[in-house]
Amino acid sequence: MSANEATNGDDKAPGVERDGGDWRRYLIGFVLAVLLTLSSFWAAQTHMVWAPSVPVLLGVLAIAQMGVHLVFFFHISSAPDQTNNFLALAFGLLVVGLVVFGSLWIMTNLNANMMPMGRLMQMQR
Amino acid sequence: MTEATQDLAGGVSPSELGPASPRVVAGFGFWLFLLSDIVMFSAFFAAYTVLSGATAGGADGAQLFHRDRVLIETGCLLTSSFTCGLLSLAFERRDAVWTYLWGAATFSLGVAFLSIEVIEFTGMISQGAGPSRSAFLSAFFTLVGAHGAHVGLGLIWLVVMMAQVATLGFPPMVMRRLLCCSLFWHALDIVWIGVFTVVYLGVRR
Repeated sequence: MSANEATNGDDKAPGVERDGGDWRRYLIGFVLAVLLTLSSFWAAQTHMVWAPSVPVLLGVLAIAQMGVHLVFFFHISSAPDQTNNFLALAFGLLVVGLVVFGSLWIMTNLNANMMPMGRLMQMQR
Repeated sequence: MTEATQDLAGGVSPSELGPASPRVVAGFGFWLFLLSDIVMFSAFFAAYTVLSGATAGGADGAQLFHRDRVLIETGCLLTSSFTCGLLSLAFERRDAVWTYLWGAATFSLGVAFLSIEVIEFTGMISQGAGPSRSAFLSAFFTLVGAHGAHVGLGLIWLVVMMAQVATLGFPPMVMRRLLCCSLFWHALDIVWIGVFTVVYLGVRR
């Protein structure tokens, strides 16, 4: 992109490429995303993978696809001109992780400590 | 790049270089909004995961969800994210014709996605599996419905942006809005990856 856009050491806005962009990047991202999506749908119904490991596999594929979207569609990277974007993303991921894993941990723990329904009924009599 | 290296060598701190351009400020601000939106979705995801077994004797995911339909939905939304990327290349070039064409492609794929989702929802509700049936279905309709509402808003925004390109052309203000609109659309697709993985592929068969 033009030199005067890059003056005053500007940060890069998310979703913008310095060189004006290249459709091949989007195509690579799209092909990778399609492959990962199809792998997810395949993994969910196959018997070739040990069944208890399927949720882990699905999680890995989903996180990989989110990464593909961030890199090829949002053009997020750890380059010096987008430290702010990257740090905001890192903080967002921290909060998402706390909310999701914190909730699941607490709720599983509460479930495990809850009295079985049958005994609860008996006590109320 | 040479400027940046000079800055580092000359010891001029970024804060002495003045404020960032409005485009960077708008893009970064919208990025923060998208991240907070994703934090909101993460709470819905947590709620859904906790409640996904709480069917209250009603239908569960294995009985209600059709994976073939979800695969078509996913294909529509993923392709629309790709055409939205091509849309952003078109408006970066200030090319009105291709902006309209890729905008129309993104819009139609978005409408196809939303139509399939509406068919799914109405089908479930007519089977008696509406949001008030069980905690599982409340969480399902909240999560998937919130995503669908975002897609609907994104479609309206896309139409508004096409109208602004038609009437105003490509001044910096419209360019900033187009950038935010395309970021919003890409973010919808990221959330959808979570939805199809956790909701539709996560059910035990």
